[in-house]
Amino acid sequence: MTAAGRRFGAWRAAWPLLPVLIFLGFFFLYPVGQLLWLSVEIKGTGALTAMHYQRLFASTLYVKVLQITLETSAWCTFFSIVGGYPVAYLLATTSERRRNNLMLWILLPFWTSFLVRTFAWIVLLGRNGAINGWLQALGLTDEPLSLIYNFTGVMIGMTHALMPLAILTMVSVMEQIDANLPKAASTLGARGGQAFWRIYFPLSLPGVAAGGLLVFITAIGFFITPALLGGRLQTMIAQVIITQVQDLMNWAFAGAVSVLLLVTALVVFYLYDRALGMSTLAGETPSTQGGGGRNPIARLSAWIGGHLLGAIGRLCDIVSEAYERLVPRPASRPTREWSRGVLAFLVFLIIFFLAAPTFFIVPVSFTTDAFIEWPPKFFSLRWYDTVFVSPLWREAIVRSLLVGVLSASLAMVVGAPAAFVLVRQRIMGKTALLALVLSPLIIPRIIIAVALFYFYARFGALINVRFIGTSLGLVLGHAVLAIPYVVVTVMAVLKNYDERLDQAAGSLGANPVRTLWHVTIPLIRSGLIAAFLFAFITSFDELTIALFVSGGLATTLPKQMWDDALLKVNPTLAAVSTILLVFITGMILAAEYLRRRALGRSSAA
Amino acid sequence: MTGTTEKLRVRDLRKTFGQVVALTDAQFDLAEGEFLTLLGPSGSGKTTMLMIIAGLIQPDKGEVWIDGKLATFAPSYKRDIGMVFQNYALFPHMTVHENIAFPLRMRRMAESKIRDEVQRVLDIVRLPHVADRLPRALSGGQQQRIALARCMVYRPSIILMDEPLGALDKKLRDQMQLEIKQLHTELGITILYVTHDQEEAMIMSDRICLMNDARIEQLGTPADLYFKPRTVFAADFLGESNLLDGVVQSAGHGRATVKSAGDAVIKAPAADVFAVGQAVKFMVRPERLRLLDPVESADNVIEGTLDQIIMVGGVTKYYVRLPTGPVVSATRLTRGPVTGLERGTRVRLGWPADSTVLLPT
Repeated sequence: MTAAGRRFGAWRAAWPLLPVLIFLGFFFLYPVGQLLWLSVEIKGTGALTAMHYQRLFASTLYVKVLQITLETSAWCTFFSIVGGYPVAYLLATTSERRRNNLMLWILLPFWTSFLVRTFAWIVLLGRNGAINGWLQALGLTDEPLSLIYNFTGVMIGMTHALMPLAILTMVSVMEQIDANLPKAASTLGARGGQAFWRIYFPLSLPGVAAGGLLVFITAIGFFITPALLGGRLQTMIAQVIITQVQDLMNWAFAGAVSVLLLVTALVVFYLYDRALGMSTLAGETPSTQGGGGRNPIARLSAWIGGHLLGAIGRLCDIVSEAYERLVPRPASRPTREWSRGVLAFLVFLIIFFLAAPTFFIVPVSFTTDAFIEWPPKFFSLRWYDTVFVSPLWREAIVRSLLVGVLSASLAMVVGAPAAFVLVRQRIMGKTALLALVLSPLIIPRIIIAVALFYFYARFGALINVRFIGTSLGLVLGHAVLAIPYVVVTVMAVLKNYDERLDQAAGSLGANPVRTLWHVTIPLIRSGLIAAFLFAFITSFDELTIALFVSGGLATTLPKQMWDDALLKVNPTLAAVSTILLVFITGMILAAEYLRRRALGRSSAA
Repeated sequence: MTGTTEKLRVRDLRKTFGQVVALTDAQFDLAEGEFLTLLGPSGSGKTTMLMIIAGLIQPDKGEVWIDGKLATFAPSYKRDIGMVFQNYALFPHMTVHENIAFPLRMRRMAESKIRDEVQRVLDIVRLPHVADRLPRALSGGQQQRIALARCMVYRPSIILMDEPLGALDKKLRDQMQLEIKQLHTELGITILYVTHDQEEAMIMSDRICLMNDARIEQLGTPADLYFKPRTVFAADFLGESNLLDGVVQSAGHGRATVKSAGDAVIKAPAADVFAVGQAVKFMVRPERLRLLDPVESADNVIEGTLDQIIMVGGVTKYYVRLPTGPVVSATRLTRGPVTGLERGTRVRLGWPADSTVLLPT
């Protein structure tokens, strides 16, 4: 067979990819493409126009909003990386046991709904919030400080929201760094500072870049935090899109704003790919680095970078040498690495910042007061009563559960087979396929939401099916978002799966279907359940798509919370958040437990 | 070749991880220019010992002296040691030149001098043209040599090597063994080497420190360990051996007789630590066992039936089952196809008294 023939043969074996390609093509690629087209088309004619873009750039308002969006996102990325780096470093360099324990404290905030975490900051930072309360009780301030409805509030909220993402991305790269390298540097005569800045840090840069990219892209599509914690001057571009669609029904203009957002995202992405290569996003170390080859500019920057890092390393070592002169460390006595202690303390503070605020929601939910205030006046269950008595809330809870289960199931059916092919088959264009499957994670969610809304309206009218205001529309939309999580989780489990077990089953007379059913699936069952749970949570927590697609009729829990919060942040929200927090925490612990068991089991054989 | 200057002195080291004792009662010295190998199965404490000497693990007690200076808890960057890691630990983002220059830059040597030094060691390891390449562009054997060059360039007191050939295939490993040995001899470097491969240890070392179960089992030259093992473990771990049970019948004046399980009387040289009536094991190497002709005699003789004959190229192995059950092997150089012997033939095996090693059980 020719090489091309073999490739074709491999493609035939790749048929399980079809569902995911068709599904994403129909409910993701086409709608997004249509939205983009909308922004350059003269309504209904097919002719091109730059009208919407002219309007966009003619008004200083939108340029200003874009500028705010970029600035806010850049700062948020900076804080997430700077704060997240020490945590990622500790996670990557500590023992596996400790890593697993610490990781939970990152995963819990990662999966806890943005809404819940934003409410928590309102409880903490508000005029009558916990922090102002303490400051005044300690006599540090006479009157409450303005901590929210300004840049500070937005920055705290967004950094808190996105730092877990930065940490998880950086850890995945740092884990690939050979633990012997810093040790080798030490035996070669490098003190801690030089060993870190010259060896470890340059090798961790792809992780920093990947983490920064994901945080930035997510941040520019943010609207929850700026809307609830920011003031008028913190309005971000996603909020403009929402206004254009929901209040003004101006699709084409919303499309143009979306394109602006998407182009911004893609430009950032392109620059990233040029600088570091896409594979680093999947946690691989880049193949192009170091002084050899490449163009003169890259060489020059590598040279400057190398000397800069060397200088920083020298500086650190001068400090530690000075410290040693003050406090000598004799070779006859055991010494403690104080730098490790400092790191541990720093990481403790950051994890405290990530994990603790959410819990302030809990006491507030038991208040007797009619509004959120610190300290809460105990003790009443009336807000829980409100939730369970109100048909609005009950309906929302039931719908969220239903939509969660259905969309997770759909994502599993469509995504899991694709994961098998992506792990096991050698096919042409695998990277492109992976990029497509993962793109719902990378494209700002608000764009997907607006695109789906428009597509649903048009397509629904065409085939006379209601997508908007029904659970059907929600299920399909949420499945789009859940598929990447399913594929990534199942791929990770399959990568650890010893394929010889399947070959053994085959050699013992089992056909492929029986092999799958009796050998493969039982062994990776925990991983599949974990993938399902992650998909469920993705849907259960989802607000953006629900905001548009629910159409005010089929309200989900996050949508109901959002509507309520826009009117007034009240203790009912605290009660709902507490319920959500307990529920999600339980799910995460279950999913994590199952995932780890799956990784352990399939590779132990 | 072995100098008299002491490069390393290890005293009474102990290290535990939780409940597990990883190393205990470890002491030895290493002289300038010496090649000492820590040999043992995995989990025997050899890597722990190396890590303590490198300063990458702190011991619970004991002392490490490097070049006459106490270094037990000194940080590794102050120890003036070189270390070759199992996976080489070459810095992937630096070229070969930058890798080798790294320790010199840490010592703040002038750049012009660094260039000369790097070229010098690259010549020594016979890779003069790879300075601008990245480590991953090199083969396993080349990476190995660069790792060695990176250690040699700053002339450390001792070079520590942690299973440095573990990742190479057999043929390359054999070649690298000889190369490292040659560099050691030519340059007079002091090397502390870790391996679990007894053949590698025998080929390369001046002395072998055999480790077992967190302790030093026996320390001596390869010949010492082979011909005069002091424990059953040592006898069994190095080379092939026949180990049989017996009871001391008489002892004294440097020799002893042992009654084997099959009632044969075995003569052996013995230290005066064995007492009459003591249960012992006696060991004889397969190449010392001879199949005796009917009329021939030897110091020690046992009888059995031939179980199997296996021709392994240059040598032929004869497996003989003793009446009491155990199978012993005798090897001899292959001279041609074996004739006249077949499975079940009764044979007598003989060997000289001084080839017998008496071991406490």
